[in-house]
Amino acid sequence: MVKIIIGVIAYLVLAPFVGGLLAGLERKLSAKMQRRVGPPVLQPFYDVAKLFEKEKMTPTKYQDYYIMGFVLFVVASGAIFFGGGDMLLVIFALTIGTACLILASYSSNSPYAEIGAERELLAMMAYEPMVLITVIGFYMYCGSFNVGDILAGGHKMAILPMIGIFIGWMFILTLKFRKSPFDLSMSHHAHQELVRGMTTEFVGRTMGFVEISHWYENVFLLGFVFLFFANGTPLGWVIGVVVAIIAYFFEVFIDNCFARMKWQFAFKSSWIVAVVVGMINIFVLYICF
Amino acid sequence: MSAYVTKSPWVVHYDGSSCNGCDIEVLACLMPTYDVERFGIINCGNPKHADVFLVTGSVNEQNKDIVKQIYDQMPEPKVVVAVGICACSGGIFKDCYNVLGGVDQVIPVDAYVPGCAARPEAIIDAVVKGLGVLQAKKDAMAKGGLPAPAAE
Repeated sequence: MVKIIIGVIAYLVLAPFVGGLLAGLERKLSAKMQRRVGPPVLQPFYDVAKLFEKEKMTPTKYQDYYIMGFVLFVVASGAIFFGGGDMLLVIFALTIGTACLILASYSSNSPYAEIGAERELLAMMAYEPMVLITVIGFYMYCGSFNVGDILAGGHKMAILPMIGIFIGWMFILTLKFRKSPFDLSMSHHAHQELVRGMTTEFVGRTMGFVEISHWYENVFLLGFVFLFFANGTPLGWVIGVVVAIIAYFFEVFIDNCFARMKWQFAFKSSWIVAVVVGMINIFVLYICF
Repeated sequence: MSAYVTKSPWVVHYDGSSCNGCDIEVLACLMPTYDVERFGIINCGNPKHADVFLVTGSVNEQNKDIVKQIYDQMPEPKVVVAVGICACSGGIFKDCYNVLGGVDQVIPVDAYVPGCAARPEAIIDAVVKGLGVLQAKKDAMAKGGLPAPAAE
């Protein structure tokens, strides 16, 4: 019980700082890759602080309602994850959160936000199979859907027997982080054919809340990467954390190397990856364990 | 206390009817040579997220409503920078039958960057000058309300 409370509180307090720092380092790394100096590492915090200073401006009050749903469900799903809860509950709570964000975009009636929301729906369709396969893989190998049981150990590191699922998870992480080549629905870069996609109509503090939720979301998506290495030993913890951080910067590297692809490519490629590496891995787990 | 808006001024730029020269210089500021992202400046392309409005080119009958609308869509505190002589006064197009003149004919302008085309250093200077205005506006907001906008 104490462990659960510590996990949840640590996540609620630390995740925004870790997520914000990662975002700052990401911008620094992107700048270095483009031979620029780049902004200060704390820039994402300045940005969010600024967003909270701006004038309130909202096209419809329902938008704020849905945004609060997004914040709540993303934070809650992360809290369930770090509290050692059920992984199925985690991924479905996260899906509700994303659905709230999509509804918030639709509610503004702005054409740009609507196209962004439609693309986010397509992105969801693209990544959900692999998310489910990942969770099923953990159940088959570790024998439990509970994050707490997987962390407690009693099994070897899941990375080798689940290497296919790990590759598949890394692939859809690009979609989940909304990085190029799959930043269809919105992007931090100057891809402007959709203005800002889903976030077009989020102004000031609304946008600030969305940014903070993304930090929460990123941290706990990296938590899944960590889970591939957790075997209850300190060594597993260290390797897990290091690989999770490397995984984030690998995604940033990919982000800087690709242009935005069409949604058809995102959909086809992620389903092919899910079916090929994910399903074969599940089959191997079924045969061997 | 210095407002955070001075640490992350996001930019939206609009090309009124310029020859594109100033527009290219604005984008040059974002490129590695000048790299204004050092100061937290991002070209965000969305007026609703922007703090600084860079206008190049003169205002004419066709685009005056667009300029006004972009300005209205930006949340306070906001700053308008007129980039290039056309945006400042209309430049050599001032006497054209369809040209109204500089951007200040339609919306209040906080900083002017003369030049044809405006140099990137001058544009960066103007944005930095605009930060002072942002700070003043933020302070005014904290004290309860901005002064009424200048008559249009």
